[in-house]
Amino acid sequence: MSAKTDVKTYTGFQFITILCVVILYAPLVVVTIYSFNASESITTWGGVSLRWYVDIFTGPESAKFQQAAINSFSIAIIAATLATGIATAAATAIVRGGKYRLRTPSLGLISLPIMVPEIVLAVATLIFFNSIGFTRGYMTILVAHTAFCIPFAYLPIQARMQGIEDTYEHAAMDLYATKAQAFRRILLPLMMPGIISGFLLAFIVSLDDFIITNFVKGAGIETLPTAIFGSVKQGLKPNIMAISTMLLGLSVVMVTISYFVSKSDNTK
Amino acid sequence: MAGGAASGGTAASDTYAKARHWLLMPSWVVLGFFVFAPVCVMVIYSFLTKEFRGGVIWEPTLAAYDQFFFDRGLFGDGDPILQWTYISIFWRSIWQAGLATILSLLIGFPTAYYIATRPAKTRALWVFLITIPYWVNLLIRTVSMKFLLRDEGPLNDFLLNIGLINDPLHIINTNLAVQLGLFYSYLPFMVLPIYASVERYNFTMSEAAADLYATKFTTLRRILLPAVKPGVIAGCILVFVPSLGAFLAPDLLGGAKNFMIGSLIEEQFKGNAGNWPFGAAASMVLLTMVIVILLIFSSQQRRAGADQ
Repeated sequence: MSAKTDVKTYTGFQFITILCVVILYAPLVVVTIYSFNASESITTWGGVSLRWYVDIFTGPESAKFQQAAINSFSIAIIAATLATGIATAAATAIVRGGKYRLRTPSLGLISLPIMVPEIVLAVATLIFFNSIGFTRGYMTILVAHTAFCIPFAYLPIQARMQGIEDTYEHAAMDLYATKAQAFRRILLPLMMPGIISGFLLAFIVSLDDFIITNFVKGAGIETLPTAIFGSVKQGLKPNIMAISTMLLGLSVVMVTISYFVSKSDNTK
Repeated sequence: MAGGAASGGTAASDTYAKARHWLLMPSWVVLGFFVFAPVCVMVIYSFLTKEFRGGVIWEPTLAAYDQFFFDRGLFGDGDPILQWTYISIFWRSIWQAGLATILSLLIGFPTAYYIATRPAKTRALWVFLITIPYWVNLLIRTVSMKFLLRDEGPLNDFLLNIGLINDPLHIINTNLAVQLGLFYSYLPFMVLPIYASVERYNFTMSEAAADLYATKFTTLRRILLPAVKPGVIAGCILVFVPSLGAFLAPDLLGGAKNFMIGSLIEEQFKGNAGNWPFGAAASMVLLTMVIVILLIFSSQQRRAGADQ
């Protein structure tokens, strides 16, 4: 037994793993700590304080950040909801629709937004909106987000549906349920963990997006990432640390929920 | 870039076969209209004539590609000479993305291996730990990196305090900062596919090698690495491809001197250059490179699948 573990272990690998985790978390931890810095400067430490969190909500830039937050969250909620609905329908057709010619092209189309480099997708979307005469603004961001969120919503939903035997639906239909009833009353509830985690991932992806938003937004509209980017371009300020920490915390909470929801098994 | 949708599945059935076209319609309409069509329009734009101050004139020309590859003198009527300005930006991007990939591999492979050899219970937790940072806003992670690496930043403070250096290291606005930023942005993409490969690896093969007096290093090189190669290649592609077209890391960490493809493209649409056909052409060159990489990758994966 000891020989077996010996073959498996390589000296130094544990050290590198710990180093890897430290590298991944160090910048985030440092920014979180400095967001509580009381000092006006981002370099010197002036004691613990919440002043920069207060500053986000009441300071000179608060109106800008509030509007950006409203835009970001409303776009993320609407885009993620639409993308999740579209992805659920598509997953049903692909996993439970038998074999047919359009199946592979459909999968290809769904994965297109994650295969094309983001900057290329941003350029293409901008040019497209411009050529059909769409005025850039809230709607163009919303439409673009809905489209590129679909694959992120799709992947967990498809994975979930593949794990559900179709015997449950067949049992329902043997008992004279229609297909629509079998779908709504049996398959959909069983798929809920996949749908929720698909929605959450789509939500985070939309909330996080900078490049595509930056291209398709009009002049007068900002989301949180574009507002933060604009601020950072003028220099790192302590209030950016505070707003970053809040977004960071939100992402961590949502991914944790998504992780536990997708792990939960309601088919038993 | 999470590797593309899975192949369809095992627990498939044809329960909803009659409704499948209706179910697929929303995704076809949205993705067809707002992803596929835009990419096609971009291809067309790259062959159009530039209009003064953004926009295009609908007159087909190769001018954008010509500007990318050739220099025709000040008045545009000289003999074409290969022009290095843009090609060298692409070359730098490949180089930067390549170094970031190697760095990710050096850290990511041991990490993936270590995690995959943990007991099943702690394994999921480790994977979760590695995944979390990926879901944190890329902009925020890049800004954090900028904050950490600054001349007066916490990293320099720390190194000065423990006496390892006497003067602060100038990392920000160098190539190194961009490589570190790209490495940091996409490191989880390297770990996850390698982890998946090592987890499926049959360790009795390593034991057999050890029984036949192979050293640990030989076992790693001759037995383990060939077996987990598909995962390693997948990880490298998942880091290299997004690094190639990255915008945030070069823009925020690299400064003006360390231009990469992403910044070049962005400048054509957002900045003062304002040459849309040229931006579309540069995007096409980038997209072509990515498609070639993905095609080579998928043909290799198919060959690897056929071997087994």
